[in-house]
Amino acid sequence: MKPIRRQRLILIILMVVGIGTAVGFALKSFNENLMYFFSTTDVMAGKAPKDALFRLGGMVVKGSVQRPGDGLTVHFKLTDFSKEVAVEYTGILPDLFREGQGIVANGKLDERGVFVAQEVLAKHDENYMPPEVKASLKKQVEGK
Amino acid sequence: MFLIPDSVGRFFHRMASPPHFYAFTEKLLPWLTGIFLILLACGLYGGLYLAPPDYQQGDSYRIIYIHVPSAWMSLFIYMMMAVAGAIGLIWRIKLAEIVAISSASVGASFTFIALVTGSLWGKPMWGTWWVWDARLTSELILLFLYLGVIGLYNAIDDKRTASKAVAILALVGVVNIPIIHYSVEWWNTLHQGPTVTKMDKPSIHVSMLVPLLLMALAFKFYYVIAMLQRAKLELLQRERTANWVKKLIEEQK
Repeated sequence: MKPIRRQRLILIILMVVGIGTAVGFALKSFNENLMYFFSTTDVMAGKAPKDALFRLGGMVVKGSVQRPGDGLTVHFKLTDFSKEVAVEYTGILPDLFREGQGIVANGKLDERGVFVAQEVLAKHDENYMPPEVKASLKKQVEGK
Repeated sequence: MFLIPDSVGRFFHRMASPPHFYAFTEKLLPWLTGIFLILLACGLYGGLYLAPPDYQQGDSYRIIYIHVPSAWMSLFIYMMMAVAGAIGLIWRIKLAEIVAISSASVGASFTFIALVTGSLWGKPMWGTWWVWDARLTSELILLFLYLGVIGLYNAIDDKRTASKAVAILALVGVVNIPIIHYSVEWWNTLHQGPTVTKMDKPSIHVSMLVPLLLMALAFKFYYVIAMLQRAKLELLQRERTANWVKKLIEEQK
């Protein structure tokens, strides 16, 4: 390779690496702000804002979904498999809202420590399979 | 260039000559179009008809056959554009510059399609058209990067200068590519994690995966076709005073 070309190549590599490092440090320092939601452990540890709206994400605990009365109000618990947070929501839930499914709720904690959600979004997981496969997987798990 | 066999080196050397490139793509394009149409037909038939519905989403998941390949292409084309731009910067090969700028609008279109199809799926599944999570935001920045490249190229009259400016912008934007890819792992996002492009076994049933990969391959062919056609046009415009172009026009008459 001719010296001038090698010089240009080195310059380009330095540029890309330099920008990469700079952006890497910037992202690292803004890490908290780039999180779309708080986990239930964060909330229990008091990391979530006290009087402001924030988003809470987690799995809907199996068997925790209750509908007191005949209105649109739902009570359920969210977990990240270590801590649980009780959630209350009044409104229409998205299609994918199910027990055992990940969701992200926007709202705030009330004085009882219950998360009062104003909006509930379903978080889809990365698994795709036909219904028959799901049914046979379920059978295997139950058979154990 | 001691690792590359002579014949390959000669091929690239010849391809860097505009009249050769033009004649070669002219011959190549019908074949590429044929392969693309076959792959597209197989992929669409497999994805929309043969593949079973999803256990949770029913038939709505089928948008992945457009959304996921488009999103992959948006990243792939960006890397192609940046690498071609770098080759143009280092070796000052005119054709590399042309490939870089011809990739930009194709990449921008795929990014746009990925964003729109994702939004259409997000409304019924997540319950919202758009959220500012790391994945969606970084993909939107990618669209702006593409638009910036196209805008910058058109803002500078001298196309060789324009190509250099564009290549530097494209190389600066490369930092966004790993961010998009790993955003779903580095941060909490509403967007789900990777299904296929991970070290583990893909978490998608094989009957659904095959049409997805066919579609991804079809989209790659589409990119090459669209990019080459744009490159041909760009080449003619840049070389409009060259003898081989004059001869070509004489022949067409």
